[in-house]
Amino acid sequence: MDKTLPDLAAAVAGIEDGMTVMIGGFGGSGAPIELIHALIDRYLATGHPKNLTVVNNNAGNGHVGLAALIEQGMVAKLICSFPRSADPRVFTELYLAGKIELELVPQGTLAERIRAGGAGIPAFYTPTSYGTDLAKGKPVEEFEGRAYVQERWLKADYALVKADQGDKLGNLTYRMAARNFGPLMCMAAQTAIVQVSELVEPGAIDPETVVTPGIFVQGLVEVSNPAQEEDLNRANAAYPEVAA
Amino acid sequence: MTKLSSTQIAWRAAQDITDGAYVNLGIGFPEMVAKFQPPGRQAIFHTENGILGFGEAPAPGTEDWDLINAGKKAVTIKPGTAFFHHADSFAMVRGGHLDVAILGAYEVAENGDLANWSTGPKGVPAVGGAMDLVHGAKRVAVITDHVTKDGKPKLVQQCSLPLTGVGCVTRVYTSLAVVDIQDGHFVLREKLASMSFDELQSLTGATLHRDGDVADLTVPEL
Repeated sequence: MDKTLPDLAAAVAGIEDGMTVMIGGFGGSGAPIELIHALIDRYLATGHPKNLTVVNNNAGNGHVGLAALIEQGMVAKLICSFPRSADPRVFTELYLAGKIELELVPQGTLAERIRAGGAGIPAFYTPTSYGTDLAKGKPVEEFEGRAYVQERWLKADYALVKADQGDKLGNLTYRMAARNFGPLMCMAAQTAIVQVSELVEPGAIDPETVVTPGIFVQGLVEVSNPAQEEDLNRANAAYPEVAA
Repeated sequence: MTKLSSTQIAWRAAQDITDGAYVNLGIGFPEMVAKFQPPGRQAIFHTENGILGFGEAPAPGTEDWDLINAGKKAVTIKPGTAFFHHADSFAMVRGGHLDVAILGAYEVAENGDLANWSTGPKGVPAVGGAMDLVHGAKRVAVITDHVTKDGKPKLVQQCSLPLTGVGCVTRVYTSLAVVDIQDGHFVLREKLASMSFDELQSLTGATLHRDGDVADLTVPEL
C-alpha cells in the first residue's frame, strides 16, 4: 500500500463545492499553506470548489493561507474559536458585510467536537459555556451536582493537515506545537490529506513515536521546507502573488 | 490616586503560585505573571495550543514559528517540555489538572461570574479558550485594574457584559486590593495601606466583606 499522491494538485482534486473541510493549524503553526494554496489554484482555474464550510481555530491572518482562501470567496461558513489575528481584515470585512457565516465555538469544545467526530461519539457533555450566550439552545444536564452543556460531534469530508514526517502508510509525526488540531482532524475527516515535510519509507518512523497512526490518513504529499505563515506575513506576502 | 501598575498586579499574583504548580496564563496582560515567580519556585506553564513547560521568548530573529503560545508569540523549549494535541490540552484544562488559571477581566461579579470575552454584539466575536479555562482549573484568578478607564467598578454585583463563566472566579488581584470570592461574596484580604476601607468600598460595585484582618497590599517598585 502506498498512500502518497503525485503532487499538491492531485491532493486537493477531490474537494467539491459545499463540502466541509477541516484545516489544521493554530494561527500559523501547523497551517498547511501549500495545500491551501493548491486549493486556491484549482478554484482560480476551474471555479471550484466553492461554498465550503471550513473548520479551523482561527480565521486567517494577512493574505496567505486560510485568509487567502477566504479572500477568494470560497468559504461560505467558518467554524472557529478565535476569528482574530494580527491582520484579520479579510475575514472581518466579509463577516461584517454578511458574506460569511460564523459558528463560534470555545476552543476546547471545538477540539473535543472534532475528536468526538473521529471517535464515533455523537454528543458529549462539557462544563464549558454553561450559562453563557454560546450555550443557548443546547441541552443542559446535571452530573454530580454540576451543570454541563451537550455538544455534538463535528465531522468533515476532508481534512488538510501539515505534519513533519510521514511514511507511505500514513503514519505521522508532527513538529512541536504545530501538532495542535492535526491528529484530531485526521480522525474526523472522511478523507485526510496530509502534507509532510519529509516522506519516508515504512519503518523509518519508530512506532513508539507515531502520533497519528496511518489508519486516519488517506493521502500524503511531500512538501519539503514548507512555508511558515508568519514568515510570509512578515514579508507582506499575498496569495496569489500580486504584481508589484 | 495611588494604585498598582499592571506589572505590580502581575507581581502580586505571582507570589501565590506554589513551586511545581501547573499554571495557565491568559494571553496578554496575564502572561506577565511568569516574570515574577519568587526565587526557588518553578511553575510549569501550560498553553492551550499544546505545550507544557515552555520557556521564555527567544531572542528576536531566532523564533521558530512552530513553537508559539496561545497568544501566537514565539516561546522556547527547555528541559521537561512536552507537546500534545488540542484535545489533550483541553483535557488538562477541563479535567481539573491545572492548579491555577490567571485571566484578565472586563467584570467580575460577587458570585464569581466572569465577563472577559465580549464587549457586546458589535464587531467580530472571538472566544478562544477562555470559556474552557474558567472550568477545571483548581483556582481561577483574575488580574485587573480595580475600575475601568472611565472609573466604573469592575467588581460588581452582577456582570452586565456577556459571561465567560458562571461562579468560576476564586480570587481577584486588582490595582488596589486582593479580594477572594467566597459563598457569593467579595471578601477583602489585602488593600493598599494608603487607601481607607470606605474609599475602596466606594470604588467597588458590591459589598466588600471582611473576614478577620485585612493585610496591607505591599508590592515592590518594579
